[in-house]
Amino acid sequence: MSNTLLILILLGLMALAYRLGMRRSQRLVGGPGGVRDLHSLPSYYGFFTAIWCGLPALLVLFLWVSLQSGVIRDLVIADLPEAVRALPPAQLGLVINDIQNLAQGNIVSGEVSLEMERAAAHYQRLRQTSFAASVVVVLSLALLGLSVGWRLVSPTFRARNRVESVIKWLLVGCSTIAIFTTLGIVLSVLFESIRFFEMVPIGEFLFGLDWSPQMAIREDQVGSSGAFGVIPLFAGTLLIALIAMLVAVPIGLMSAIYLSEYAGARFRAWAKPLLEILAGIPTVVYGFFAALTVAPFIRDNGALLGLDVSSESALAAGLVMGIMIIPFISSLSDDVINAVPQSMRDASLGIGATHSETVRKVILPAALPGIVGGILLAVSRAIGETMIVVMAAGLSANLTANPLQSVTTVTVQIVTLLVGDQEFDSPKTLAAFALGLLLFLITLVLNVVALHVVRKYREAYE
Amino acid sequence: MNKPAVDQIRTIDRVNATLKQRYNRERRFRRFGLAAVILGLLFVALMFLNIISHGYSAFYQTRILLDIEYRQEVIDPAGARDPATLSAADYAALVKTALRTLYPEVKGRGEKRELYGMVSSGAALVLRQRVMSDPELIGSRQTLWLPADDDIDMLVKGRIDRNAPESERRIKNRVLAWVEQLEARGAIEKQFNLGFLTGGDSREPELAGIGGAVMGSLYTLIVTLLLSFPIGVATALYLEEFAPRNRWTDLVEVNINNLAAVPSIVFGLLGLAVFINFFGLPRSAPLVGGMVLTLMTLPTIIIASRAALKAVPPSIREAALGIGASRTQTVFHHVLPLAMPGMLTGTIIGMAQALGETAPLLMIGMVAFIVDIPGGAMDPATVLPVQIFLWADSPERAFMEKTSAAIMVLLGFLILMNVIAVILRKRFERRW
Repeated sequence: MSNTLLILILLGLMALAYRLGMRRSQRLVGGPGGVRDLHSLPSYYGFFTAIWCGLPALLVLFLWVSLQSGVIRDLVIADLPEAVRALPPAQLGLVINDIQNLAQGNIVSGEVSLEMERAAAHYQRLRQTSFAASVVVVLSLALLGLSVGWRLVSPTFRARNRVESVIKWLLVGCSTIAIFTTLGIVLSVLFESIRFFEMVPIGEFLFGLDWSPQMAIREDQVGSSGAFGVIPLFAGTLLIALIAMLVAVPIGLMSAIYLSEYAGARFRAWAKPLLEILAGIPTVVYGFFAALTVAPFIRDNGALLGLDVSSESALAAGLVMGIMIIPFISSLSDDVINAVPQSMRDASLGIGATHSETVRKVILPAALPGIVGGILLAVSRAIGETMIVVMAAGLSANLTANPLQSVTTVTVQIVTLLVGDQEFDSPKTLAAFALGLLLFLITLVLNVVALHVVRKYREAYE
Repeated sequence: MNKPAVDQIRTIDRVNATLKQRYNRERRFRRFGLAAVILGLLFVALMFLNIISHGYSAFYQTRILLDIEYRQEVIDPAGARDPATLSAADYAALVKTALRTLYPEVKGRGEKRELYGMVSSGAALVLRQRVMSDPELIGSRQTLWLPADDDIDMLVKGRIDRNAPESERRIKNRVLAWVEQLEARGAIEKQFNLGFLTGGDSREPELAGIGGAVMGSLYTLIVTLLLSFPIGVATALYLEEFAPRNRWTDLVEVNINNLAAVPSIVFGLLGLAVFINFFGLPRSAPLVGGMVLTLMTLPTIIIASRAALKAVPPSIREAALGIGASRTQTVFHHVLPLAMPGMLTGTIIGMAQALGETAPLLMIGMVAFIVDIPGGAMDPATVLPVQIFLWADSPERAFMEKTSAAIMVLLGFLILMNVIAVILRKRFERRW
């Protein structure tokens, strides 16, 4: 990790620059006594010099590291024999991988030819040159920056304002990361999806009733023509989400009502955090619980009743997902119920309604928009949930409404299509990105609607 | 003439007529509520009991007491004590000899294979390590506790029913008799399994450990923390303290709120498409995992940090500005230190989320089977939740025990982090 060392050296240089800048500002006004003649405190001159020393150098280093592998790759490819260069991109990628592995002394797939060894040596040489060059450029840039910053220090120089504007721009930069993330998500799934829709028509994807992403390896292979109809996946996702909601909404809502309207302060203080433990348990744990405890339990009991239950039934995955969502519903409903003004409760109780009548006829109608918003958020979460269904739901896409059968979901398919080695131009892998795009859009719409509903409702009582 | 009183139905009578029914309904409603809470708590208890009852035994390992003779002609026939020879020697043969002397009556290939199968293949590694660190042992005898095979382990731990018919049990009657002999002599017992906590993954359940996954999680979390804490705090500072209210900041805010609700697997797709395919970063590396988890936990940290900044009263800012501090000085010298405990609490909760996250890491290839313990953020690694996922898929019965135990360790870390967050909040929370 020689880049780490380089960064450490840079940090050392920045510390030195800080000292130098601070000392220079003090010396220019004749020692600590003259500090009031400076425009800014001495430490700001130090920071200013350190920024000049470190910022350009770090930026260049960052660019260098992110561009270097691509440039070296192109150079190595340019040096390969004509026959190899003419290979299709996927195979060329494998050759490059082998060369890199050879250069790093790892295991190589297949025979090592003389050309490969030459290319590996070339690759190694280029890497070393690139690293040496980056060290020289970065360090000289740091020293140059140091001297520029040091020279700029003078008693009338407005160092504090400069440093503060740099800080402000750093903060602005950090705050744009959220936008870049959204942009990155949209662009990355969009590009791959567009490539997918070039191979599979969008109508067939959205309205097809068959999903079997296996592509034929040979022309004459049977039963693997590859069908990309998303309807069965959505039916499965919605079935599992529906079961989850049937579990989570009554339990979550009733426990929120009980805890906020009936329970004593001590019971509430204990029960609420205990219930919220459910929200903190990782989803992989729920998946394990669903696959190894709940699913066999349901299967065995179904067999006792004479029912034919799949061991990857939608019921098991949905039940456990429902348990996971209970705290989500209960804490959101709790918030909304508490936001209903006390005067409405008092009025209802005052005209003689019982407590439960107050809850059912006054509080719940008043809190309904908020509760619906919360349920929508929970649905979006159930649709996007991955680990429980990967571990407990099936892989084959059945178009069925029977909760005892095995169904598959969008997230399960994304995981199965993308885990393991994959090439990036088959519709099989690209389909995962198209599914991701669809998932992103659906959850986005659900969230926007839910947040809108919740916010509108909150304003009504404030 | 007075009207008969029966015709006059007073309101109170109508109320009284249905009152009993209404009170019954009230009680029923109340009971439903209590039942819902109890059901929820029951689920919590059920999950914990289920996992602990399956997993506690993985912290112990069945070992067999064997009398090992470090024979010179097996380990180092030339007598040169060359490390290469010592390392390549057939230590399994030593274990086999010890087993044969223990049961001299065993004849025939099949029977012998069953006998050798009682001891884990890891026993040979134990012997090799001993000899490598102390070549003086060669030629001597030693009585050692060596790990048993996972089926024997399950039998001794009572996870295999001894009374079941032979055809339904993974252990043959013959082997069961041998184990019972060993038990009678006290030469087989359960001992604390340090290897489970420190070792790497393995295909053999009795050798598999979570050490590699814990280190992978540690590196991933360090990367996540180093990236997400500064970026999250900086974003919160900008939005709360500096930003003007305009379309741009609205856009940023909408984005943050939406990112908080994007399914985690979509972040995995982003990591795969951008970090791995576009920037060419290595697969399975904690660095990439940490970057993906950073994007995922940023909204949590930003939202918590903004809440912490909002809680600092304006009088602090006004006082600082009043005595001539600049806006930046006010924020960094006065507001930020006061908001720091709240920000740290939010960060710890975000880290706990990141620690338990699995799905996006599957997308960027952290599911590989990795035996070596990673030594840095660029080495291929896996993390605890992914290790749990991998083990849960393994068919061997003994892996179920390992999975549950790994879950116990993961939950232990999560509980610890949350407790720290709660203590931090209790300790430094200020009411203004």
